[in-house]
Amino acid sequence: MDWGAIFNNAAVELISPTTAAYALAALGLAVHFGYTGLLNFGQAGFMALGAYGYAISILTFGFPVWGAFLVGVGASVVFALILGIPTLRLRADYLAIVTIAAAEIVRLLFTTNSFAAVTGSANGLSGYKNEFAALNPLADGTYGFGPFTNNAYDTWLRIVAWSVVILAALLVWQVMRSPWGRVIKGIREDEDAVRALGKNVYAYKMQSLIFGGVLGTIAGMIFALPRAVVPSNYQTTLTFFIYAILLLGGAATVLGPIIGSMIFWVLLSFFSGFIARAVEAGWLPFMTAIQGGQLRFILVGVAIMLIVIFRPQGIFGNKKELAFVR
Amino acid sequence: MSANAVPLDSAAPLEPPVPTKKPIKTTGLHIGEAEPGCAKVDPILVVDNVRRTFGGLTAVDVAHVEVPRGAITALIGPNGAGKTTLFNLLTGFDKPDDGKWTFDGRPLAGVPAYRVARMGQIRTFQLTKALGLLTVMDNMLLGAKGQTGENMFRALMPFLWRNQEEENRAKAIDLLTRFKLDTKKDDYAASLSGGQRKLLEMARALMSDPTLVMLDEPMAGVNPALTQSLLDHILNLKSQGMTVLFVEHDMHMVRHIADWVIVMAEGKVVAEGDPHEVMKNPAVIDAYLGQHHDEDIGEDPDAEVEHVSAMKELLDDER
Repeated sequence: MDWGAIFNNAAVELISPTTAAYALAALGLAVHFGYTGLLNFGQAGFMALGAYGYAISILTFGFPVWGAFLVGVGASVVFALILGIPTLRLRADYLAIVTIAAAEIVRLLFTTNSFAAVTGSANGLSGYKNEFAALNPLADGTYGFGPFTNNAYDTWLRIVAWSVVILAALLVWQVMRSPWGRVIKGIREDEDAVRALGKNVYAYKMQSLIFGGVLGTIAGMIFALPRAVVPSNYQTTLTFFIYAILLLGGAATVLGPIIGSMIFWVLLSFFSGFIARAVEAGWLPFMTAIQGGQLRFILVGVAIMLIVIFRPQGIFGNKKELAFVR
Repeated sequence: MSANAVPLDSAAPLEPPVPTKKPIKTTGLHIGEAEPGCAKVDPILVVDNVRRTFGGLTAVDVAHVEVPRGAITALIGPNGAGKTTLFNLLTGFDKPDDGKWTFDGRPLAGVPAYRVARMGQIRTFQLTKALGLLTVMDNMLLGAKGQTGENMFRALMPFLWRNQEEENRAKAIDLLTRFKLDTKKDDYAASLSGGQRKLLEMARALMSDPTLVMLDEPMAGVNPALTQSLLDHILNLKSQGMTVLFVEHDMHMVRHIADWVIVMAEGKVVAEGDPHEVMKNPAVIDAYLGQHHDEDIGEDPDAEVEHVSAMKELLDDER
């Protein structure tokens, strides 16, 4: 058994752009769910809009990187408004139903053959990386050390991705310790009480939905850069993985989603490598390689269940809060 | 259940809580006879033809009522009289089928709840709404009006709101000290007792310097020791120039601190007047005991016991 390769592959995930994308999407969900109490189950939809908004802008319209970025962000703002206007006045669970349905509608619209010329249908889109790579100030060659050694493009992508995550984390941290964040947290506790104190609860919820949604959209762009944009990546399971990361790290925290994402991906990669090699070595004679590929999700699920049972506030959550959970 | 079969004395509190100092009653509030809908010398809240139905049930149907400024007005009535529904309508938390009302001369019909609060008409809730996972201090700061830092973009620039935040904090400390909650300021509101939450809710409402404070059952579930300090606080509101309108079931409290009493029954205002006079009004006795109070109405016998005992006490006291 090659333990070195297993740990090496797991360590790679620690700073991979995918981990950064999940961290950012989970941060957006922390704004929605952890701070505001909005049950957004459509974060995959926001991510899909980011990925497709960016890719289509570059491939079909030939936009520069910043233009494509703005198109994606604009699309998610519009999406948040469409979701929020009819549902934010209603009880929280309605938003959950609407967001999960809306995210599926978005995914199916990108999958349908009618728009294949623009969206690439089920095959998705690729070949939009040159514009981003052209911005790379790094000379060709390899950078980093050990498992974190990458070529110039991958290093550039990692630097950008994690810079965005750090910037977003600082942004969330700052607004949540401001009077704005106080109103947002008040809404999570009891929106009628906050309304009775003269705050426009509806406007605050809308701002929160847009803010968290835009973070999800930027996460979608980072997620798309190391791979192709394929609609099947944006299924509801993506949203649930992000929720798992959020609960793992702590719902109303800034560091939680980031560290949660790192743990999630390192564990996933570790189990994946371990099981594949265990099947190869004949340790699991009842199992085929394909079954082994699925087992990692079961093991990650068990690991997350253990954390949620024994540390329900998440890694960074405040234990004191749990004493008063109704 | 027959009213006679109830051991009345057992339901009565042993020592009715009274404010520590003798309240100064405001008199001469009304013009003409003290009848339902009578005009006030200086009304702060004027309600006209407000009606709210839930299906076939008419919860509120108030033809005309005026709330006097600078006084403590009690809104009383048996359970289901529509007091809380009227509160919700007046504060924008519910929409009436019909009717209009003005606060300080400004029409309020169709104005959303948060705007009503910004105009200076602040309410509390029957079921206390302390924001549990916020600290007591954060609860208080949330009450302050016109905060620069509550705008999302200005929130990113702390230098714009830091001074205002410090001022609000000082004001909150001052209020919390008056309400004896200053030692709890860094605790979660969820850790407070029921009575302390009522105090917090009232203190939080005062952060916005309201002109009209509407308290929905401020004494419900509060022990007698705390009731006393709550009574003092309500009297203080008046001495600071605020108008108070409150819903209450505790007749002792109503009689001790209210300057004016409005009685509702079955959605209508059935009587108005000075707290000592209004209790003798036949319409009020009918409202509480029912015109056929020997019959079993089969609904909420406990409440019935409460009202019967409360009325009996009052009649005894008046003698």
